[in-house]
Amino acid sequence: MSDLLKSLGENKTLGGNLFLVLPALFFLLFLYIYPLTKMILISLLDPDFTLRHYQQFISSSIYVKVFFITIKIGFFSTVICLVLGYPVAFLLASVSPKTRGIMIVFVVIPFWISLLIRNYAWMIILGRNGIVNSLLLKMGLISAPLKLMYNSFGMYVGMVHILLPYMIFPLFAVMSGIDWDLIRAARSLGANTFQTFLRIYLPLSMKGVSTGCLIVFIISIGFFITPALLGGLKDIMISNLIENQINNLLNWGFGSALAFILLIVAVILIVFFKKYLFLEELK
Amino acid sequence: MTFLILPVFIILPLSFSSSLFLEFPPKGFSLMWYQRLITDFQWLEAAKVSFSVACFTMLLSTLLGTMASVGLVRGKFFGRNIIYTVFLSPMIMPLIVMAIALYFLFVRLHLVGTYTGLIIAHTILAIPFVIVNVTSVLHGFDRNLENAAMNLGANRLQTFLRITLPLISPGIFSGALFAFIISFDEIIIAIFIAGTSAVTLPKMIWDSIRLEINPMVTSIATLLIFLSVIVLVISEILRRRAEKYRSIPR
Repeated sequence: MSDLLKSLGENKTLGGNLFLVLPALFFLLFLYIYPLTKMILISLLDPDFTLRHYQQFISSSIYVKVFFITIKIGFFSTVICLVLGYPVAFLLASVSPKTRGIMIVFVVIPFWISLLIRNYAWMIILGRNGIVNSLLLKMGLISAPLKLMYNSFGMYVGMVHILLPYMIFPLFAVMSGIDWDLIRAARSLGANTFQTFLRIYLPLSMKGVSTGCLIVFIISIGFFITPALLGGLKDIMISNLIENQINNLLNWGFGSALAFILLIVAVILIVFFKKYLFLEELK
Repeated sequence: MTFLILPVFIILPLSFSSSLFLEFPPKGFSLMWYQRLITDFQWLEAAKVSFSVACFTMLLSTLLGTMASVGLVRGKFFGRNIIYTVFLSPMIMPLIVMAIALYFLFVRLHLVGTYTGLIIAHTILAIPFVIVNVTSVLHGFDRNLENAAMNLGANRLQTFLRITLPLISPGIFSGALFAFIISFDEIIIAIFIAGTSAVTLPKMIWDSIRLEINPMVTSIATLLIFLSVIVLVISEILRRRAEKYRSIPR
């Protein structure tokens, strides 16, 4: 029956058509691809071709340092997210569907709330006269307020809070597909809990780990808001440097060069690790 | 888990505090901060800008994204996967890079500080989310339903409007919701593009908390949290409907 329908409809199907794609394609070509290309050109022309801005980047120890700080912050955020996210994802994958529903709400609600508001909440919690400090003072555990924000600690708290769901979701997706019979088999063959985890569960969940880490790292190196609001003077990431160059110093050429470097890092990561991203290919 | 949800539970009670300072637990109950908020011209104006920009972004990106999805999933033409990658790439593009690229262009086109500028920028960000949502329902769509309709005498337009569109509508609506919330919460591009004449709510919040903690922001934050939760609930309902309508099982 379905073959009959197919043959009947062969020359008259609702189709896909390049023309449907064109409006969006032109929109993006003119307003997205073109400005990005232009930005790269601004970094290379002055007004003739020059690598001046890139030389400035490499020769200055400060800029190179900011670049490495960015990578370092990205790395540590990813590690912290993995350490915190793995047990949560494991719980999500192993509890009853009803409990899981409630737990997922706890993960998803913060995910949908504006990044800015979540950072603001942490400012209230961690500030000098903030909630943590006033509680500790009241209990007499400390005599002077602790410095909990405008330093790396505050920044990591804010960043990890935003990045954690991006780690939990891919981990959970992979873990919920793990066949528990394999775990039971290992146990019945004499492996203890630790061995079972290390030799069976961990390798099976590795795909989620790599996807989660890649996504979190890529997002984290582009962070801008959190270091500006919760970080200290030393916690300058490349995005903050770019904003400063463009908005305060009006140095478009150098700002563009920095942006291009950030873009290249992100693209390299994606191209090399593309197989770990769950990008649904067109069928 | 506590870590994830804690900030939400801190901000809600604080917004109803009657104290001029941020104290926890709050001293007394009052709607003082809300009163100040709704009588403040600047915040109202920012809310207006945010809503208008988000609505137009939603319409534009849903229209462009849905058309492109149908074309991409159904079509067989050269470069399909490349075009698809281009469409999805704004999802992983560092926002600051996009922000300054657009800023350079908009300075020349005199679009800094305009609704148009913000709508264009947010639409670029939102299109991939619409496409992901719509292509996903299209992949689970049984083409025989369309063929049947056409064999029974419906023309292409009728078939599309009466069969295809209703069946893929959950995907379109959830894409549209994503588009709305992406625009409504977007801050980094707004910092560059909003200027002084099209200040969105996030930009306003950013300006008022960058140097000091402004207690008034707790009230606007609470309202925005409620908005996010409402959008989340709607999108969950839509997702369930989409699963139900899926004519090809996963």
